[in-house]
Amino acid sequence: MSLLELKNVTKCFGGIVAVKDLSFSLNDGEIAGLIGPNGAGKTTVFNLITGVYKVTEGIILFEGKDINKCDPVSIVRGGIARTFQNIRLFNKLSVMENIKTVLFREANYNFAQVLMKTPKVVKMERHLTERSMEYLKVVGLEQYANFRADSLPYGLQRKLEIARALALKPKLLLLDEPAAGMNPEESLALVDLIRYIKEQYNLTIILIEHHMDVVMELCPRIIVINFGELLIDGSKEKVQSDERVLKAYLGEEYANVAGN
Amino acid sequence: MEYIYGVISVIGIEIIATVGLSVFTGFTGLFSLGHAAFMAIGAYTAAILTYFYNVPFILALLAGMLMSALVSFVIGFPTLRAKLRGDYFAIATLGFGEAIRVILENLSITQGARGLPGISHFTTLPVVAIFSVIVVWMTRNFILSKFGRNAIAVREDAVAAEMAGIDIFRVRMLSLVYSAACGGLAGGLFAHYLNFIQPAMFTSILSTQLTSAVVAGGMGSLTGPIIAISFFIAVPEVLRVANMWRLVAYGLILVLIMIYRPSGIMGYHELSFASFKNLFNRKAANQSAGGRRM
Ligand SMILES: Nc1ncnc2c1ncn2[C@@H]1O[C@H](COP(=O)(O)OP(=O)(O)OP(=O)(O)O)[C@@H](O)[C@H]1O
Ligand SMILES: [Mg+2]
Repeated sequence: MSLLELKNVTKCFGGIVAVKDLSFSLNDGEIAGLIGPNGAGKTTVFNLITGVYKVTEGIILFEGKDINKCDPVSIVRGGIARTFQNIRLFNKLSVMENIKTVLFREANYNFAQVLMKTPKVVKMERHLTERSMEYLKVVGLEQYANFRADSLPYGLQRKLEIARALALKPKLLLLDEPAAGMNPEESLALVDLIRYIKEQYNLTIILIEHHMDVVMELCPRIIVINFGELLIDGSKEKVQSDERVLKAYLGEEYANVAGN
Repeated sequence: MEYIYGVISVIGIEIIATVGLSVFTGFTGLFSLGHAAFMAIGAYTAAILTYFYNVPFILALLAGMLMSALVSFVIGFPTLRAKLRGDYFAIATLGFGEAIRVILENLSITQGARGLPGISHFTTLPVVAIFSVIVVWMTRNFILSKFGRNAIAVREDAVAAEMAGIDIFRVRMLSLVYSAACGGLAGGLFAHYLNFIQPAMFTSILSTQLTSAVVAGGMGSLTGPIIAISFFIAVPEVLRVANMWRLVAYGLILVLIMIYRPSGIMGYHELSFASFKNLFNRKAANQSAGGRRM
């Protein structure tokens, strides 16, 4: 059974059709690339899956359930986590606290216990600190635990976003341009990291990325969209050799030149 | 001596209201322009109970807190629903603050604009000291718990907070009810300190003073607003001799803070022994978020 299924999904913003009649499905354990030129509607697809936007038409099934009626909070709790193209960390909190925050459901103390600072609260807080350290170690940020999140360089902020998403214990992880702003070495390390977390946490992943080397390294399957519409959905070999993809990215004339 | 005790008592009472508001405004990132109304509700509830019904002081204070909390819940329910827009609430509180005052001026049990004279003097300096220490301590516990982190997360980025499974409405509601309860307690103490209350004491000037203290002290700090409200009350008292210059001095302080410390006296930090040590180790102080701890 497929983990995620989009059926004829359309999303309009006023007159703009950002996503048009898009269908694809994803099996458990798959990692797929979602690519397309700027403004193709990739981020909008993530916003639809996570419930930030409601679809104009179509349905989105997660584990067979229609999630488009659900609010974002219950979608996250159902097992879908994401990172953001324009980094959205809790800037004034420390790196560690960013992770501790999203682990809040593991802290089973109540408000009265907090006000009185009972031993249970102290113990649970210590537990959360240890748990968040585990996630920081996975992405290699443990030595920055007490830095303020916004004091990190961009590359590390993106890693912190990945750690924060992991801490939500998702089944499906949506990564929106995790390599943006990284140099080739850093992207290479990122590839290893994504591979590692996928195995370690049994994740299904959709990766939006403009760095083609990262996509080709990680994704056996690639979904290409253009102007909100599905262009191709197939193996990376098929996508690599498809001239429509080249056209979509470079425009008609350049594709002809490159083809010759 | 009596006079100094009086000033310190008022500072202690207002610290309770300010610390409560800092949870809502400083840590959760929502503005209220009518918080004096919660003090008024607490003050009148507690005063009416001790004055007309001889209810024990402590129980009357608790009832004042509860009444404030309840009213804030009713106010918050429709206004905090607009998930990503906190500004509805600020506008609503402006009207709410005035409405409460008008109601108090027209009810018979509150004796209208004349107010309630002859309330027993239960709020002594030790009482104020005990309550303000307890409230500051509990608020600190709140901020350093999952509830506090969730509030800060909502302030920092409501979308990211929601994508982390945090229910924004519940977080904002909890902060509002908590700050209203603190306001109610401060009001009850205030009534039994002055022995007299009237609606005109709880105008938007008082609301503005509380909000200014939080903003000037630092959005995301407890010690900052405590320092700020102490100054706001003490400085005009010290300068009492030059009565006509009080408001000018008050304004000047605010302007200077806005120019030289736009994120408030303490910014996102807390005043602590650790932060004094950090003064000698500037780099660590700038990079480490450890300063947030008290
Ligand atoms: N909230 C919105 N309101 C109006 N238009 C929107 C909104 N969000 C996205 N759009 C429009 O939808 C289209 C697709 O945007 P989207 O951000 O999904 O593209 P993208 O493929 O992620 O692009 P990029 O590679 O630049 O990130 C764009 O034309 C964009 O302007
Ligand atoms: Mg995008």
